[in-house]
Amino acid sequence: MPSKPRTIIEKVWDSHIVAEREGAPSLLFIDLHLVHEVTSPQAFSGLRQRGLKVRRPDLTFCTVDHSTPTTPRNLPIVDPIAATQVAQLEKNATEFGIPYFGFQNRDQGIVHVIGPENGLTQPGMTVVCGDSHTATHGAFGALAFGIGTSEVEMVLASQCLLQKKSKSYEVRVEGTLKPGVTAKDIILALCAKIGIGGGTGCVFEYTGSAIRALSMEERMTVCNMSIEAGARAGLVAPDEKTYEYLKGRRFAPKGAAWDEAVERWKQLATDEGATYDFTTTIDADALEPMITFGTNPGMGMAISATIPDPSNVADSLERDSLRKALAYMGLEAGKPIAGQKIDVVFVGSCTNSRMSDLRAAAGVLKGRKVSPSVRTMIVPGSQEIKRQAEAEGLDKIFREAGAEWREAGCSMCIAMNGDQLTPGQYSVSTSNRNFEGRQGKGGRTFLASPQTAAASAIMGVVTDVRTLA
Amino acid sequence: MQFESTVTQIQADNIDTDQIIPARFLKTISKDGLGDQLFFDWRYNADGSPKADFILNTDKAKASKVLFAGDNFGCGSSREHAPWALTQYGFQAVISTSFADIFKQNSLKNRLLPLVVSKEVHQQLRDALAANPDLAVSVNVETQTFTWPGGPSVHFPIDAFAKHCLLAGVDEIGYVLQHEAQIAAFEAQRVGTLNTLAG
Ligand code: SF4
Repeated sequence: MPSKPRTIIEKVWDSHIVAEREGAPSLLFIDLHLVHEVTSPQAFSGLRQRGLKVRRPDLTFCTVDHSTPTTPRNLPIVDPIAATQVAQLEKNATEFGIPYFGFQNRDQGIVHVIGPENGLTQPGMTVVCGDSHTATHGAFGALAFGIGTSEVEMVLASQCLLQKKSKSYEVRVEGTLKPGVTAKDIILALCAKIGIGGGTGCVFEYTGSAIRALSMEERMTVCNMSIEAGARAGLVAPDEKTYEYLKGRRFAPKGAAWDEAVERWKQLATDEGATYDFTTTIDADALEPMITFGTNPGMGMAISATIPDPSNVADSLERDSLRKALAYMGLEAGKPIAGQKIDVVFVGSCTNSRMSDLRAAAGVLKGRKVSPSVRTMIVPGSQEIKRQAEAEGLDKIFREAGAEWREAGCSMCIAMNGDQLTPGQYSVSTSNRNFEGRQGKGGRTFLASPQTAAASAIMGVVTDVRTLA
Repeated sequence: MQFESTVTQIQADNIDTDQIIPARFLKTISKDGLGDQLFFDWRYNADGSPKADFILNTDKAKASKVLFAGDNFGCGSSREHAPWALTQYGFQAVISTSFADIFKQNSLKNRLLPLVVSKEVHQQLRDALAANPDLAVSVNVETQTFTWPGGPSVHFPIDAFAKHCLLAGVDEIGYVLQHEAQIAAFEAQRVGTLNTLAG
């Protein structure tokens, strides 16, 4: 008898159950625990108070990214509180014997960028991190989700997580993206379609021809923002592209172990006939470049559209939210968003700071100048990406266009490190959150693709890259 | 776990954790002092003085144990600083029609009750508060009931394990560590397929 067809989500879940008990969440084994400076200090303090060790330092990896400046690395960290936090992680990693990339390490970078880049992230793994964008690692067919600091402590202590099984949600994207339309537009379209809470309680599996056609970096962009549609995780079944990307990377299996691993990974794909709790579809052919207009990632629209009118919204709370968002953003209902003046462009973050993103931005900026009224910051996701981009001469294109070329880190995505908007400023950002004040108190964010960001930097206003002369 | 309290309302949908506590306060390496930073950017003027008209700056809110908010409360970042700030301010429960997954988990681990009500009950409570802003609600985790004078007696959902942990004060890490034998057996079976980073 063949066993019941299962989704990849169920396969990864089932193969990591350590213990199950009626009426209690399952105990799930964690294959990879990524740790950064912001959500871990209190967890390490907790371990010390309990007199516990880290159970599996060999399955744990630390990096610093959020509080770290993106100014040249020979400068000290000026903010004493940030400096303390960075030093604390390095101290914790050393004391507990955990491998880490410190601030001065040549491979430092955003946690969700360095994981895949170094082959830490692999298909079929369970991956956690005290960070909601851990879903990024799902691009490799890993079940990867964000956890809180108490859970960080739990995983450090036991390498396990108490977790209730999520529902499965298929996001099927069929068709072919038009020129100027990117992976970022797929995920912004999903957020706009099902809303910021649409995937609550679920894990997404992205399927369909348009997903298969994406590169690994583009799949990471899609999976990264799963949380922005409410899902704790989102993944793509591995295929030849996945193996090709991983092969030879620093922590990837080598030799016979590699061949065995690939054989295992090939069993992960969702079985024919398996069913999902929810399904939605997105027509890739019909997608336009997307941009957000409001104060959460679900408030997005095609860049050629006009700003929605709250008076057309039936639900009173929803109407109030939209009104409040437009008031915060200083935008008028019914007006086109293209042409809206901006002050800053930020290309970076764990969503869009990889080589393909930088190449896309450089492709638009090459031979052009950014508007004198716009500050343009390009922040690579890792120091390795920075080196690669410089080897390709992308840094020159950026500098000649009048953009700033910075060191790796989260930077203006979260504005913890001094890179921030001032009150009232508008930015087009390739990051993942446009919440009030996310990029600096009073700052106003439009989320979009690197292409849209670059085109907008040149024109000084929100610009559809396809209209660039 | 049982208490009565007046209700502090912040009626907006999708209140994200960046609003609950802005990221610039996450550079701390301790859990202390976060109550004053709760809803910081909504609560204080640019010069740091409290906004008199923001609800959390009123004495009534400071004495209240219940926050009443719109749908999908706690979305966004996984920062556990959000429930730390809420409990340090004095809240023991947040009422909403739904909560983001990570926030809900984080709250339960900090004895902050994410109390889910239906849209109808949400509206009834808003109406009742409009008629009497000083209304006190009562919450009983043991019986999973929530009510107010003149209001319905509402049975609210809570996961059986979470309820047990709240009532018995179970230390979840201690609970997990009791599974040492199973964890070790699992690890033994995974030797060869675990990608270890040591050395
Ligand atoms: S880049 Fe932004 S979203 Fe990504 S990990 Fe850093 S702060 Fe979080």
